[in-house]
Amino acid sequence: MGQTILEMRGIGKVFPGIKALEGVDFTMRAGEVHALIGENGAGKSTLVKILTGVHRPSSGTITLGGKRMEFHSPVDARKAGIAAIHQEASMFPDLSVAENIFSGHFPKLRFPLVDGGALLDWRSMRERAKSLLARVELDVSPDTLVRELSVAQRHLVGIARALSEEASIVIMDEPTSALSVRETQDLFKIIRQLRSEGVAILFISHKFDEIFEIADSYTVLRDGAYVGEGSIADATVDSLVHMMVGRDLAQLFPERSSSPGERILSVEGFSRAGFYKDVSFDLRSGEILGMFGLVGSGRTDVILSMLGLEPKDSGRVVLRGSEVRIGGPRDALGLGIAHVPEDRQSQGVILDMSIEDNITLPQVSSLAKASFLNRAAERAMASAYGARMEIKAAGWNSEAKTLSGGNQQKVVLAKWLATEPSILILDEPTKGIDVGTKAAVHAFMAQLASEGMSIIMISSELPEILGMSDRVLVMHEGRVAAVFDRSEADEAALIRAATGYADAAETEGRANR
Amino acid sequence: MKRILKSRETTLLFSLVALVLLVTLRSPSFMGLKNMNGILNDTCALLIVSLGQFLVILIGGIDLSVASVMAFTGMVTALMNQHVPGVPAWLFVPIGAAIGAGLGSINGGLVAFGGLPPMIATIATMSIYRGFVYVFSKGAWVLSRDMTPGYLALPNSLLLGVTSMVWITLGVIALAWVFMRYTSSGREIYAFGGNRTAALLAGVRERKVEMLVMTVSGMLAGLVGVLWVARYGNAHSETAAEFHMQTVAACVLGGVNFVGGAGTVAGVVIGALFFGVINNALTVVHISPFFQMAIQGVVILAAIVSNTLIDRKTQMRLVARRKI
Repeated sequence: MGQTILEMRGIGKVFPGIKALEGVDFTMRAGEVHALIGENGAGKSTLVKILTGVHRPSSGTITLGGKRMEFHSPVDARKAGIAAIHQEASMFPDLSVAENIFSGHFPKLRFPLVDGGALLDWRSMRERAKSLLARVELDVSPDTLVRELSVAQRHLVGIARALSEEASIVIMDEPTSALSVRETQDLFKIIRQLRSEGVAILFISHKFDEIFEIADSYTVLRDGAYVGEGSIADATVDSLVHMMVGRDLAQLFPERSSSPGERILSVEGFSRAGFYKDVSFDLRSGEILGMFGLVGSGRTDVILSMLGLEPKDSGRVVLRGSEVRIGGPRDALGLGIAHVPEDRQSQGVILDMSIEDNITLPQVSSLAKASFLNRAAERAMASAYGARMEIKAAGWNSEAKTLSGGNQQKVVLAKWLATEPSILILDEPTKGIDVGTKAAVHAFMAQLASEGMSIIMISSELPEILGMSDRVLVMHEGRVAAVFDRSEADEAALIRAATGYADAAETEGRANR
Repeated sequence: MKRILKSRETTLLFSLVALVLLVTLRSPSFMGLKNMNGILNDTCALLIVSLGQFLVILIGGIDLSVASVMAFTGMVTALMNQHVPGVPAWLFVPIGAAIGAGLGSINGGLVAFGGLPPMIATIATMSIYRGFVYVFSKGAWVLSRDMTPGYLALPNSLLLGVTSMVWITLGVIALAWVFMRYTSSGREIYAFGGNRTAALLAGVRERKVEMLVMTVSGMLAGLVGVLWVARYGNAHSETAAEFHMQTVAACVLGGVNFVGGAGTVAGVVIGALFFGVINNALTVVHISPFFQMAIQGVVILAAIVSNTLIDRKTQMRLVARRKI
């Protein structure tokens, strides 16, 4: 391993109202693969954004190759030799591979006497692209449109782009999340080759098997702070998990004393090629079922298929003992199933309509008499549920766009509660909500469950899953990895299951007994 | 009360009154009963078709075929009248509306079931419908001497001193207002235009809304097509050419949000009247017809820019007033 090329010391970052990072140290050497580990929200992406010049640190120093650096923009960071391979977002699907590799630093024509200026040198672009593609072992023509490439091939184009900039540090943020096992192995081969050429690779992944296979060293972040670093050779899954989650539950969750009743809903044998396979679960009345899993584990896809919003290949839904067909939101509504989507602001609120009209929208036609609006009933419903959700507004007739983001979220919750569902599905119920409101939402969920409502709660936040669920269903790569009762669930067990180490955990459990 | 005073419709109404007063200063006869009556009758067609266009724009679309639908129904009913003079003339009003609704529902089918954006669907049917006018008429005009007196009287007969054209227009405005404000379908159109995903998740049926707005837009254009041909006493392949752009302009002037989801019947009515007044005023104050079109464009542009600026300012004030 080479000498230290990057040293970040005491990095802090404060966003309005939130401390995202505090006193983080991060060091990389030339020719190493360095894993950055931490839960969602631990500060990994903020650190990466500081390193790539997207954010400027509130405190701390960055030293690159012995020189103090200050990045004012992503261009500065790229010029300094730091290349980030983002997921597809930053590709231009309708431009060719060569154009994608060189966008931002296109080779220009040079003439003997006058500078070519803005004219592109297509020939050298193609030739250089060809040799870069050979280095990353990607067998496509430089003229291929990126649209036609697979996700794995796009990653390789991203790496070729990094090579074209002669980057000394390459950042890969969850590069394997959409890759098959074979594609992952091909990618690792290229990573090893880059490492042998002295490139430092910052590798972010939630998958421990990959970290142990490819990384040389690691740094762990938790809650925006530095926890520790070391050599992968000296680490174990347990020691890393402990560093990631070893914290007291800072949040307080409401006392849950509900005892789930009879089975109300069963999802049986759900499969959809490429998304999830053979998923089955039950829901009992008055129960909060937590669904946990990494991004791409298929938990949201299963729910969307169940609601008829996405297709499925096979599987059936049994509600109160009889099979039902749910072809879309209207059917779900009729069966007493309400779904609060994850992106409440863009998928839930209609900004130009009043709070009242938003809340009553799902029931506007059933309340209407001979298709004429029943204003009195609507007003009663809106004020009842608006008050129950404690929406702060000048009046129920104000437009939704006059509300703060948090209150807009409450409008969406009020809208679905007003349908008086027997089953409530919440996707990331407290995402983007401040701490105070979070506690209120949790208390409210507990109350609804105690009144007999069944709740499916999809969440990426471990404390929330552990604090609220009666049972936790963990998904990993499209399958149900494990189901825990409230008493058996703990952070380490859930993380193991979600990262594909459930089997190991189970064997250990048996051995201990 | 405060809300009414602050609304965009009120601002527009004030500028409309100001415009009328300004023109009257230069040419006192402008405000006269006769001229005002003329403006009103001239603007009725624009007003009705704009209300249909309004629905389409509310869901984020645009109906470019309305002028062709007008020409189509105008020609078909005029030919019917010419060849079968025995048919009672008043029947052509519902017949025109029905033909228009049929053409509109073809647009609706292309949008709801073919998945085409309204603009693409109607850019095609705009040519197709007008093409059929040539086919039916073989390129010939139907003139007033070919039409029965009853047909020609359709828009002009008087009741309580007001023409039937104005009565019909008032009826359409009233229906549109009740529909948008007091029915669940009207509410669903606003919801669908305001946030399509949220509306779908709340159980609003996409195809129903799309079919509905396209059909209504066609129906109103068809209704006006008959009245238009009777009023001007001729039907030909260029009837109401480019009229669709005026309906779009009237909606924009009336403050209808082009992205969808926001706008009112009152706004569209005032927007159309505004357009009618400008058209008439330019002639009254003796501006050369060569300049009129360009000046119209400038006025529309000025109205839109000022509307946008006012809107942005209100938005900023709203954000500033937010509790956190």
